[in-house]
Amino acid sequence: MLWGVLQFPGSCDERDTLHACKLSGDARLIWHEERDLGKVDAVVVPGGFSYGDYLRAGAIARFSPAMEAVAEFAADGGPVLGICNGFQVLCEANLLPGALLLNESMRFVCRQLDLIAAFSGPGPGKSCDRPLSIPVKHGEGRYWAPAEMLDAIEASGQVAFRYAPGQNPNGSARDIAGVRNEAGNVLGLMPHPEHAVDAMTGSTDGLRIFEGIEPLASSAPANG
Amino acid sequence: MAEESDLDRRSPRGTADAATGEAAVSPAAGAAGSTPHRELGLTDAEFELICEKLGREPNGVELAMFSLLWSEHCAYKHSRKLLRRLPTEGERVVMGPGENAGAVSIGEGHAVAFKVESHNHPSAVEPFQGAATGVGGILRDVFALGARPIAILDSLRFGELDSVRSRHLLDGAVRGIGHYGNSIGVPTVGGEIYFEAPYEHNCLINAMCVGIAKRDEMVRAAAAGVGNAVVLMGASTGRDGIGGASVLASAELGEGDEAKRPTVQIGDPFEESKVLECCLELLGKGLLVSLQDLGAAGLTSSAGEMASAGGVGIEIDVARVPLREAVMEPFEIMVSESQERMLAVVEPARVGEVIAVCEKWQTGAAEIGAVTGDGRVRIRCGEETVGEMPVEVLVDGCPLYDLAPAEPVGWIYGNEDVLAERVAAVAGPDADPAGPGSTLLALLASPSVASKRWAFEQYDSIVGSRTARRPESADAAVLAIPEADSAIAISIDGNGRRVACDPYAGTVEAVLECAQNLACAGAEPLGLTNCLNFGNPEKPAPAWQLDRAVSGLADACEALGVPVVGGNVSLYNEGPEGPIYPTPVVGMVGELPDPNMAAPSAFAGEGDAIALLGPFEPTLEGAELAKLRGELGAGLPQPEIAAVAAACAAVRDAVRAGVPASAHDVSDGGLACALAECAIGAGLGCQVDLQHLRERGCSPEEALFGEGSGGFVISGDRERLEALAGDEVDVLYLGKVGGKKIEIAAGDRSLTVTLSDAGRAWRSLGERLDVSP
Repeated sequence: MLWGVLQFPGSCDERDTLHACKLSGDARLIWHEERDLGKVDAVVVPGGFSYGDYLRAGAIARFSPAMEAVAEFAADGGPVLGICNGFQVLCEANLLPGALLLNESMRFVCRQLDLIAAFSGPGPGKSCDRPLSIPVKHGEGRYWAPAEMLDAIEASGQVAFRYAPGQNPNGSARDIAGVRNEAGNVLGLMPHPEHAVDAMTGSTDGLRIFEGIEPLASSAPANG
Repeated sequence: MAEESDLDRRSPRGTADAATGEAAVSPAAGAAGSTPHRELGLTDAEFELICEKLGREPNGVELAMFSLLWSEHCAYKHSRKLLRRLPTEGERVVMGPGENAGAVSIGEGHAVAFKVESHNHPSAVEPFQGAATGVGGILRDVFALGARPIAILDSLRFGELDSVRSRHLLDGAVRGIGHYGNSIGVPTVGGEIYFEAPYEHNCLINAMCVGIAKRDEMVRAAAAGVGNAVVLMGASTGRDGIGGASVLASAELGEGDEAKRPTVQIGDPFEESKVLECCLELLGKGLLVSLQDLGAAGLTSSAGEMASAGGVGIEIDVARVPLREAVMEPFEIMVSESQERMLAVVEPARVGEVIAVCEKWQTGAAEIGAVTGDGRVRIRCGEETVGEMPVEVLVDGCPLYDLAPAEPVGWIYGNEDVLAERVAAVAGPDADPAGPGSTLLALLASPSVASKRWAFEQYDSIVGSRTARRPESADAAVLAIPEADSAIAISIDGNGRRVACDPYAGTVEAVLECAQNLACAGAEPLGLTNCLNFGNPEKPAPAWQLDRAVSGLADACEALGVPVVGGNVSLYNEGPEGPIYPTPVVGMVGELPDPNMAAPSAFAGEGDAIALLGPFEPTLEGAELAKLRGELGAGLPQPEIAAVAAACAAVRDAVRAGVPASAHDVSDGGLACALAECAIGAGLGCQVDLQHLRERGCSPEEALFGEGSGGFVISGDRERLEALAGDEVDVLYLGKVGGKKIEIAAGDRSLTVTLSDAGRAWRSLGERLDVSP
């Protein structure tokens, strides 16, 4: 299992993500100017402030050469995980439905909280029979979509994660913390599973997310 | 008011309108017969000294440069003599004062670099950008050494929370710190905030950064190698922050602060993130001879100080500096405080490689000069020389002044009895304002004591995957250092009110508090940094406070064996009503073998025994309760440094051995507040009896709410806790963890409060700041 972790100027969590990926395989950084992803089995678009997040979070990163390659990789069924800023980038790139808006509190929030896998069937995080303890840290994490789109993604099982009742930190619609694409190979979430892979820093529940991506990789057509 | 008109004349727009070359600094541009050196903050005697040493009058460019490097901010002219008292040497010291930051060895070929610095005056004018650029500046100081920043801590001081101005400054500063730290991916892992009326007009924003470096990749700031190139990296140079050092950092604040806004710098964390990665890559590849950040006084101080440290000369061509604006005068380029810039010395053959790495990171790089052998700072604009001064005169020629300290008579700050109103606010109008239970609730809700969750949740405290103890989970922040198979604990502290009561004892207490915090984490102190925030040193009372505080700092560090490896001095912190509380902020870094060893602050288990360890003899002098009652006065008991040091060692060893299940030092609000914090954090009550403390001569009230150094609340197995007692260390059994109430027996002041009432009071800061929790 070879993970590719994108690195933009302004990325913050790419090294943490690299470390987390290496707990379940091999991993390498992919510089934003690389158009060829190489023989990676899965891609993570990590957290941070790509290109400073000027204009709008994720709005510039979606045009990078590496993101063009990620769009093709995703279209071929390759598994893609977007975390925080990565989720914002995937929404901006139309690889995932909806948008992330400024938190309701108008403030950045960093907090450990509980996450519930919301879809039916197997998938990232689903193997755990209790809520996952995973931290959030973001200023623009309020998930939003038009009501019809929310109904549609709920009906099609695309809502991947919800904040546990009473723990919604940002005013996200219907407590949504993460969504998948229709095919199920692209997943984005605001919480940071890469910061929940070591008991020393607070939790190991994030491993369930990374472990859940692996079967998607083996079922995807070979890349490269 | 005189300041305001000076500023108008010197503002960027005014200069541009004048459009007469060295307008803002040449005599011709001022009012007829004006004395530009005075407007730039130099005394007549200093100006005469410059003329004498140069053998002529300085021209405009030179005068601008002198005014900055001879300012208090750069020259430390009122504090340098005092700072010689501080112990700076130790086995683990890798870099000491004089470098961009201090550094101590942590084994396996690694070092931890750290420094605390103030950004007080800019933040009082514009809190968001002031605090943001304060963080940006201290980050640059640390990566200038070749260290990757891994943690930020902040020490903030504002006026009382019921002041609209204080809430505005707090909100802006917290947003600014978060904006910069969160965006650049360095966790903010700790800090402290105090609210006191004397900071109303002059808030304090001190930021500390800690970094980790491979010792063989570290670099000093000293320029070396005649003929080497001088390369300016990072952002382009604009008119922002011109005169910031001399105007904002070296004069009292007062009316007309609005007019100073153009001199506050604007931060861009994205640019800094690129410059940071770029510099670390350059140093990792061994491409730089030396590196220095551009902070206060911009190119003037970085070029001058690099040359001075290396004993060489330096030549800068301002025409080669990339600019943000089409036309800038040479003096403006030399004094601009545009952020996110670094100055490097590079061997000529490697300049191409350096520029290639900068291009990869999409950050600027321009060869703007060279290291020379003539010991002079020469400023050129193309072919024309526009300024030339001996390095030793410009950088080291400023006269150092002796203070004229005089102890003020009695308490020079205000007093206001607010206890009844604070009790009514937290416990309702029917509560007995004199009752011990309602007093405890008022203390827990006091903004300086209350939980700072509202602030620290706005900071990313976990990026980097090192944070083993997040804010308020332990007495010190704890970070893993897997590179050296080790861990560090960091604490920052400085209770200005107690320093105001007794500058010597209060400063000793600040050092001891940090040492106690580290002990709770199981860490042994390695080094200390400090920021001395004081009033106008030319006045006798602030001069006396500064003098006594530095002695206290020196004695405490000497006794604990902790070297001072760096620091910063911020003077002239005064408002219309007088000086701030004298506020030495101490940042201490310690080492522990394993990050998992650090004890939590909160109680750990129902039924655990609770004990008080250490030479704690509390009094109400200078205490939070004395403040709420309006009973503050001069004087504090003198701390017994050796006895506290012995208690710290005992706690450190015990924590490492896993003896206490929790450890928390007794600080603001006294033992009752410390016990309540341990209980609230755990969601577990406690039943304790302070009778033994009363046998030390404390009244019930002193036992509950008195303050002083040396107390630790520890919990765990009773026999193992009591076995920690020794010749130099007392351990008093207090009671047990359990239930949902905090019950403290203290004679006629015995109290019981429910855990939920205590928790609501302690966590009330957020709602009082009118935000969702």
